[in-house]
Amino acid sequence: MKDLWALFNVFFKIGLFTFGGGYAMLPLLQDELVKRRKWTTDAELLDYYSIGQCTPGIIAINVATFIGYKQKGKLGGCVSTFGMVAPSLIIISLIAGLLGKYMENPWLGHAFAGIRVAVTALIADTLIGLWKKGIENKKGFAIFLASVALLFWFKLSAVWIVVLAAFGGLFLDRCRIDSKESKK
Amino acid sequence: MIYWLLFFEFFKIGLFAIGGGLVTVPFLFDLAEHYPWFNASDLADMIAISESTPGPLGVNMATFAGFKAAGVSGAVTATFGLVLPSVLIIIALSRLLKKFRDNPLVCSILSGIRPAVIALILFAGVEIAKLAVVDWKTAGIFVCFWAAIYFYKKSPIFYIVISAVIGMALKL
Repeated sequence: MKDLWALFNVFFKIGLFTFGGGYAMLPLLQDELVKRRKWTTDAELLDYYSIGQCTPGIIAINVATFIGYKQKGKLGGCVSTFGMVAPSLIIISLIAGLLGKYMENPWLGHAFAGIRVAVTALIADTLIGLWKKGIENKKGFAIFLASVALLFWFKLSAVWIVVLAAFGGLFLDRCRIDSKESKK
Repeated sequence: MIYWLLFFEFFKIGLFAIGGGLVTVPFLFDLAEHYPWFNASDLADMIAISESTPGPLGVNMATFAGFKAAGVSGAVTATFGLVLPSVLIIIALSRLLKKFRDNPLVCSILSGIRPAVIALILFAGVEIAKLAVVDWKTAGIFVCFWAAIYFYKKSPIFYIVISAVIGMALKL
């Protein structure tokens, strides 16, 4: 029970003090889990991240479940995840409730019109970063173009894009297999 | 029943939004088109608030969307749906996960999904840009922000606060 409470506590704290999730929470995880509690090592933590990126779902949640499960089994995985999402549930519900009340205020409208422009710029910047990491060769570029066409002209839903791209990857990209085997 | 729908839709997002964060946005656009819960303009505001409040972006977005659809219990339902695939998959595969990551098939699949995710976020970005950049004034502000973000990598909160002040000062 004490261990479960500790898991909840750690992840509640991480959920409360990181903005954006994903890699933004890595320094806090290192501090709490590696340095202070010695539950895991830096190398293991990076392993969790690389696995979290290739499994479905939000990376922050995948990492939380993983660490909780290693510590205290299934219940531990659930408790960590609950700790991680609890701050979001509380804070966002409060804000969403308040916003609903004040949304008619014209100043808030002006503020959000400005904010939307900044959000567009933030997304544009994210895209540049993703482009550098995600499109490594012609095959990747081809999948990107095909997805753009299907999205903008055929209005395919996001689920279908992901499924088709997974098949595209399977049929087009066999590069890593040879390089891995030759290493062994 | 709305709770089942919310649960089902967000379970789907949890299952298909590989990479998390902004990847949930294009899926939420699909929801905005199909359900009366929120519209595209709400979505832009939700992104801003989710980026400037603590917690993982994807979880914040799901909570917000669920709240818009059905209040606090909607928020809980949507978030539960979103995280359930992660929890189930990680627990079920826990022992095999290292092998899973190094599996060449998984590597090929992910190398296909990564470029598609960029296209998905581009699509969401264009939809938001249509609502945000509506005249010369907002276009100018957009270019200034883009340059500022590119050259001075400050936290998103910094830019969001400044843009709120600019919005009020210029009565956008």
